[in-house]
Amino acid sequence: MSKKESFRTEIRLSGSGGQGLMLAGHILADASVIDGYRVTLSKSYGPESRGGASRTDVIISDEEIYYPEATRFDCLLALMQEACDKYVYDVKTKGILIVDTTHVKNVSVMNTKVYELPFTNIAKEKLGSVLPTNILTLSFLVKITKAVSLESLEQAIRETVKPAFVDLNIKAMNLGYELADNYEK
Amino acid sequence: MTTKKTEKKSGKKNVKKRVLLQGNEAAALGALDAGVNFFAGYPITPSTEIAEIMATELPKRGGKFVQMEDEIASICTVIGGSLAGAKAMTATSGPGFSLMQEGIGFAKITETPCLIVNVQRGGPSTGLPTKPSQGDIMATRWGSHGDAPAIVLYPHTVKETYELAIRAVNLAEKYRTCVVLLLDEVIGHMSEAVTLPDVSKYRVVNRIKPNVPPEWYKHYDENQKYLSPVASYGEGYRFHVTGLVHDAYGFPTNNSNEAAIMMHRLKKKITFNIRDLVQIESFHMEEAEIAIFAAGIVARSAKQAVIKARKEGIKVGLIRPMTIWPFPDDAVRKMLKNVETVIVPELNQGQMIHEIERLAKDKDDGKIIKMQMVNGELITPTQILHKIKEVN
Repeated sequence: MSKKESFRTEIRLSGSGGQGLMLAGHILADASVIDGYRVTLSKSYGPESRGGASRTDVIISDEEIYYPEATRFDCLLALMQEACDKYVYDVKTKGILIVDTTHVKNVSVMNTKVYELPFTNIAKEKLGSVLPTNILTLSFLVKITKAVSLESLEQAIRETVKPAFVDLNIKAMNLGYELADNYEK
Repeated sequence: MTTKKTEKKSGKKNVKKRVLLQGNEAAALGALDAGVNFFAGYPITPSTEIAEIMATELPKRGGKFVQMEDEIASICTVIGGSLAGAKAMTATSGPGFSLMQEGIGFAKITETPCLIVNVQRGGPSTGLPTKPSQGDIMATRWGSHGDAPAIVLYPHTVKETYELAIRAVNLAEKYRTCVVLLLDEVIGHMSEAVTLPDVSKYRVVNRIKPNVPPEWYKHYDENQKYLSPVASYGEGYRFHVTGLVHDAYGFPTNNSNEAAIMMHRLKKKITFNIRDLVQIESFHMEEAEIAIFAAGIVARSAKQAVIKARKEGIKVGLIRPMTIWPFPDDAVRKMLKNVETVIVPELNQGQMIHEIERLAKDKDDGKIIKMQMVNGELITPTQILHKIKEVN
């Protein structure tokens, strides 16, 4: 994603309640603030604390952002099949789709660059927990899309997550970068 | 005598860095910066963050936070706190706001300053807890029985939420009444990068204290139509507080003259000061042939639609009320005169549109087009743009 004179990047993180997407969205928005951009972060979720459809939209721009929800995505992250089915057609032409193949088995798209990895399983195997899947996928997304700088992302993670989980999440972040680098090869 | 204004000016220009702030956080910070030192409430989605922040912040600042058993108790405790001299507030959403209606009437008739933040959610009853709706616009005006005016402010960005929270507390103190800060769920829950100016840039209004001996003190001075000095309990001044129609000392009365004076004052203090209370934003209205009238989150969709339509050469603008009650009658009359069509998008089945229709008496006035949505989703800029093109 190149940042032109005037840009507006719309990113939707979607999945199910409990997957940490609200936190991931917050970190991404925080990182864009550190980078000096304008940003809005809006959320949509059900009344339940786990389960149910959940999404968070981050819009990064250098101009005033009026409508705070993403309508045409430069990047869509889908951690669940339902989320992927529901939003995939609103990804921009030449936009980016990132899916977690642990939960998303069927992706039908054209003209969209798709990155498929079993993020949840990778987190379980390499980090010993599914909890940092959100940071793993977010850092993968940031490395691929260059939506924010890596320094800002790391700073935002360190400032946002609870002190006891900083190390685990930084590990997840580095693993996300690694996955992205290897994917591009 | 008018209200005392505490105005401080900062010496240096304070350069503050931009922070990511949530709408509910902004409402809480604004209230705190306006001097709120007492919160009694019952947490409810989508307003919960306000109670959370107040519970954390108030004890640090020497204030008090009380979690009540329900919303009826919450509003009563807020009124009690205010009568004892605190700047008091609560935060709630539709179901809690319904329970508070009796207390709101009590705050209005007893002329007790307080702030209620109502973060609107969908549907009647418990409705759609996490979805946006503008279903409470008329409830904030007419929810409580007994024909008293209302002051309701309606921000559309996180930064404006902070500013209007300060203003809401100020207006409550100045006009001795219950003021509602009305938020959309999306505004309450969304975060934006904002630079908050130094708090000293904002004026903070405090109640003026009586300067007469206690035996001369009248809590409701009939010679002061509004904005009279007010004592708090515990300061040595004696006054009575009742929900019954009362005389100058607060004691119940059935005397029609005294009733007329009291009811007249409740109304006059709002209508006489309409220019102090009403605030609107006029957005690209120059030479506009089509006007959109929208508040809160819908105004943000409208702004984006207006910018797109203007690029295509369509003469369209937006009038956005920042004060929804009292209603900006003059601005709406002017708008109706100057444009051919008015589009009224709102997230309900038609509330603000009734006010526009009320004001559209002249047969030469612009045609009024409704746009309504109640499915828990937002009206998008594209939908408004389509409507603009349809009527153009």
